[in-house]
Amino acid sequence: MSVPLLASLEQAFAQLPAAALQAAQLGESRRTHLAAALADGLPTARAERWRYTPLRALERRPFVTAAALAEIDPAVLPAGEGPRLVFVNGVFAAAHSRLDGLPAGVELLPLSQALLGADARDLAHLARRFDASDDTFARLNAAFALDGLVLRVAAGTRCEQPVTVVMVGAPTTTDIAVHLRHLVDIGEGASLRLVEHQLSAGAQAHLVNSLCHVHLKPGARLSHLRVQCEDVAATLFTRTEGVLAGAAEYQRADLELGAALSRHELNIALQGNGARLRSNGVLLADGRRHLDTRLGIDHIARDTRCELTWRGLGADRGRAVFHGGILIRAGADGTSAQLSNKNLLLSPHAEIDTQPVLEIHADEVQASHGATVGQLDANALFYLRSRGVGEAQARTLLTLAFCRVALDDLDDDALREQIDALLAARLPEVAA
Amino acid sequence: MLKIENLHVRVAGKEILKGLSLTVKPGEVHAIMGPNGAGKSTLGNVLAGREGYEITAGTVDFGDKDLLQLEPEERAAEGLFLAFQYPVEIPGVNNTYFLKAALNAQRKYRNEAELDSMQFLKLVREKLRVLHISDDLLHRAVNSGFSGGEKKRNEIFQMALLEPRLAILDETDSGLDIDALKMVAEGVNHMRSAERAFVVITHYQRLLDYIVPDYVHVLAEGRIVESGDKSLAHKLEQQGYAWLEERRLPERSGV
Ligand SMILES: Nc1ncnc2c1ncn2[C@@H]1O[C@H](COP(=O)(O)OP(=O)(O)OP(=O)(O)O)[C@@H](O)[C@H]1O
Ligand SMILES: [Mg+2]
Repeated sequence: MSVPLLASLEQAFAQLPAAALQAAQLGESRRTHLAAALADGLPTARAERWRYTPLRALERRPFVTAAALAEIDPAVLPAGEGPRLVFVNGVFAAAHSRLDGLPAGVELLPLSQALLGADARDLAHLARRFDASDDTFARLNAAFALDGLVLRVAAGTRCEQPVTVVMVGAPTTTDIAVHLRHLVDIGEGASLRLVEHQLSAGAQAHLVNSLCHVHLKPGARLSHLRVQCEDVAATLFTRTEGVLAGAAEYQRADLELGAALSRHELNIALQGNGARLRSNGVLLADGRRHLDTRLGIDHIARDTRCELTWRGLGADRGRAVFHGGILIRAGADGTSAQLSNKNLLLSPHAEIDTQPVLEIHADEVQASHGATVGQLDANALFYLRSRGVGEAQARTLLTLAFCRVALDDLDDDALREQIDALLAARLPEVAA
Repeated sequence: MLKIENLHVRVAGKEILKGLSLTVKPGEVHAIMGPNGAGKSTLGNVLAGREGYEITAGTVDFGDKDLLQLEPEERAAEGLFLAFQYPVEIPGVNNTYFLKAALNAQRKYRNEAELDSMQFLKLVREKLRVLHISDDLLHRAVNSGFSGGEKKRNEIFQMALLEPRLAILDETDSGLDIDALKMVAEGVNHMRSAERAFVVITHYQRLLDYIVPDYVHVLAEGRIVESGDKSLAHKLEQQGYAWLEERRLPERSGV
């Protein structure tokens, strides 16, 4: 039985520009990945990893790929200066991007250009990053992604200005499938801040499937803020594959305000001794949104550390699914791992599923995990109201306070204020 | 100003207030004393509008309003203030932000212009000066990690800022050192006026040396069993509550 979604993608593949299928554009591997994806089909709820996120409704929908660059109102783009790459429906939008005046040691360009100008060594490097795991969405991404962010920071470079990448979904007459692949390499001892926005420029029901490879060399530091504010009808699959070498530090905050259906996988391998990950995030499932976030933290080396602080909100008929997987492998002695996932149920019709999974095979490990689902504290609510704050505002204040714990230790004040404002703007309708 | 008549209140199926009546007029200070578990905090909570209390009989008028019909925030805006026996810690909500939101919500309810940040900060500084408290508590989250005494000071500061018509202080003196106790008393005395009234719930007559009440009441077993002037507080300090026992018996046997 054919699956409309996959059948439509098979057709779309045949219509990719001829150049994309040439060797220099990784053409052969694209074919292989597509064939594998078609053979496997979409994951079903029988697979443990997809138990809470059924794709039956999605697989009945056909999608096309974007042919031309859609116009957007620049006002939808986030404020702020510095280098920026913008993609509209998966197509690089040069007019909205800022690539000049890059600091020395920072290479920033769209993948489409990187592939064009790549020498053999470079191409081999990019091809390695195109290795897909045995996940259908990763395979589809490897088959289709023609563009994305390429960000390479040379060893020792300390870049003060944040680099921004914006993925915009713009309305079109037919729903489109967007595939983007981002490659971020931070050299030895280098440091950088990256801000990633996924947003919508109007009502659309696109399917976004993006994949981001993050490689931190020894002693490298990356601070990464991701704001996901997709259209209420959009579908989003996004996956980060991170590899941290010795003493590398990856600090990351995700503000996930959804899409109709959103699945976010964050897989980080702590490969070098002393590598460190701090991942904070807020999941907000309101309306009929379904948000599924899945962390897979892999402690491979000694003295590695992870601190994961996630907060979830379920409002209206929303559903939030959180899986916090931590694996501490044999030999990863002296590792410390902390996971805290607290959730607020703001409506009796919302649903939250949280699953912390800790697997330890090493010695001298400090590990803790906690997951709770609760409601707003009635005492706190009464305290605020007894001072004159109206009930709706009091609920908003408390909900915002609940989320702030996950955003508090962002070391960038401007970024923290920016996401605080985004949340504050969104919460009144959610919490009240 | 406040008129409570024959108030009966049940908590978790158990009757706690059993026909309590009390009238407070503008300008007056009433002290309420009474043994642990008598229902003093229950009274304060019911007046402020906390959920979980079932009012089975009685009426409460506040000014020209039926108090029991109002939401907690409406009671606050009407000028009622409860200093909590156990102020609530609210991590993540900034104290100053909260107070500005509270004051402006009250002003809006009363059709008064809301204060902008500058006007609000000016008011805050003015009140801080009068109360001799430092402003570092203001920059922190509401009561979060505050010491017991700091929480009580924060209650008084909120009262000073919100300028209620009727303030109910529920054991605001408990756990305070002598300087803090004086500060609380000063805060109250500074606000005493012909238009404003206070109900001071306390276990210690010491506070009443600083805040001299017009009336002292004993609340026991859910109603006011004895009222007098401030000499009653001295008597209670010396003799405890046992001598009042017989006054409750006749009514009890009458049931
Ligand atoms: N939520 C509740 N559930 C069950 N019992 C309650 C509840 N709240 C109050 N009570 C009971 O009501 C009675 C009166 O309590 P209240 O707090 O009003 O006493 P109080 O006079 O303020 O005492 P204290 O001097 O110790 O502060 C107590 O027996 C208390 O256990
Ligand atoms: Mg009490």
